[in-house]
Amino acid sequence: MAEQESGQALDAAFFIRWLTACAAAVEREASRLTDLDAAIGDADHGSNLQRGFRAVAEVLAKDAPATPGAVLTLAGRQLISTVGGASGPLYGTLLRRTGKALGDAAEVDRAALADALGQGVAAVAQLGGAAKGDKTMLDALEPAVDALATSYEGAARAAEEGAVATTPLLARKGRASYLGERSIDHQDPGATSAALLVTTLAEIAGQAPAAGSGQ
Amino acid sequence: MKMLINVPETVVADALRGMAAAHPDLSVDVENRVVVRRDAPVAGKVGIVSGGGSGHEPLHGGFVGPGMLSAACPGEVFTSPVPDQMVRAAAAVDSGSGVLFVVKNYTGDVLNFDMAAELAEDEGIQVAKVLVHDDVAVTDSLFTAGRRGTGGTLFVEKIAGAAADEGMPLERVETIARQVSEASRSFGVALTAVSTPAKGSPTFDLPEGELELGIGIHGEPGRERRAMMTSREIADFAVAAILEDLQPRGPVLALVNGMGATPLLELYGFNAEVQRVLGERGVTVARTLVGNYVTSLDMAGCSVTLCEVDDDLLRLWDAPVSTPALRWGR
Repeated sequence: MAEQESGQALDAAFFIRWLTACAAAVEREASRLTDLDAAIGDADHGSNLQRGFRAVAEVLAKDAPATPGAVLTLAGRQLISTVGGASGPLYGTLLRRTGKALGDAAEVDRAALADALGQGVAAVAQLGGAAKGDKTMLDALEPAVDALATSYEGAARAAEEGAVATTPLLARKGRASYLGERSIDHQDPGATSAALLVTTLAEIAGQAPAAGSGQ
Repeated sequence: MKMLINVPETVVADALRGMAAAHPDLSVDVENRVVVRRDAPVAGKVGIVSGGGSGHEPLHGGFVGPGMLSAACPGEVFTSPVPDQMVRAAAAVDSGSGVLFVVKNYTGDVLNFDMAAELAEDEGIQVAKVLVHDDVAVTDSLFTAGRRGTGGTLFVEKIAGAAADEGMPLERVETIARQVSEASRSFGVALTAVSTPAKGSPTFDLPEGELELGIGIHGEPGRERRAMMTSREIADFAVAAILEDLQPRGPVLALVNGMGATPLLELYGFNAEVQRVLGERGVTVARTLVGNYVTSLDMAGCSVTLCEVDDDLLRLWDAPVSTPALRWGR
């Protein structure tokens, strides 16, 4: 793997490509996400994100904002307005806060993105009242943000590993928490979709982990 | 699983179009997913707005009308509606007297209603919120999402609606709604799993000959599974679970609720057992409602909700109501 420069410039078009690719990835993985949700939730995580990311791809295709911050803020607002459930406000807040943290810079680098994403993830934790280890999307997002300071590849790997590591956990937040001990031995759908978004980021940055790794 | 639908994507919109056609007293905005009583806003009266995932009909849209909800926001199946819907509903029903949001305690509903309350207040609408969390099957602790809102929602919406109808100010309506919420307890059982239109097959596996105790209303599995029990045994179990949590000193309202696929014949038989065990336990039942009110799509099963009431709450319960699903005294 070539050494990655934090200086690789990420412009609005990069973030539009990422979110559009996320829409395609969610489309591809929707039934898997819904199946994971059926085991410990209410069997709609895939279809909810599908609806939201379709709307995101649509609005970005129609009206492309000029800065990375504006792209993420618009996408976040779109998710809040279309997804519902818990994942709408949570993913919407993640993108909105990350976008806000990027400000109005025309281009950002990986370090700036890692920093902004960290603020987005902190906002998600605050909104949902969850912490790492509660079997939520934070179990994928927090390690991903830490690793993103170093590389996209590492972030993707950390997110995947974080999602897989939710399997033995007892759910403490969200609908899976109603199951108590019966939530154990199932991978968390929210952490799984979060890992999907981070993996897609690495792919668009041209720094995806080698096929088969981290799965 | 066969379903009476066109395609899963249009289930909610199709139902709203049908609702509009059946109930001219309601103003149904199919595109924006808001059901509003046609005479809203009613001058000098607090608006009562609720909402939640679809699949629990008649909750909430079937409870819109004089004496109950001013507006309802249906989300996708088993998915909280979005803040845009709630803000639109609040704006449609606010007469200047403010709006009460009745929120079932699910992470998604709470987050979306919180966001909506902020946005509505930005638009100059005074908003209060009451959380319904009546399901005793869920351990209430700092380490869970807390108890789910289920059958108690009907009591909160009816009594808050009656309080608003009497012209009480927002603060008073909120206090009463909270009192009802805190006095309500529910317990539900599933005889079959539920199939959502999106998934098209049961969301959990519940074998013939077994039942699931302590279920919610979203096809989320319960806490315990046992060999199938009789109606008598289920009533004993459900009422015991409720009374372990709340031993009423006064009379109660009782809701014996079907989950969607249990025939009324069975439900009335079950109600006889519920009344028997309540009598044995020394609980006085002031009013009983039997039927499918807070459902979970095609799930077979039932829930019991008890709400301890004083004379004031009982008077508000008895007050006239005129909605598609609950209608008396007018």
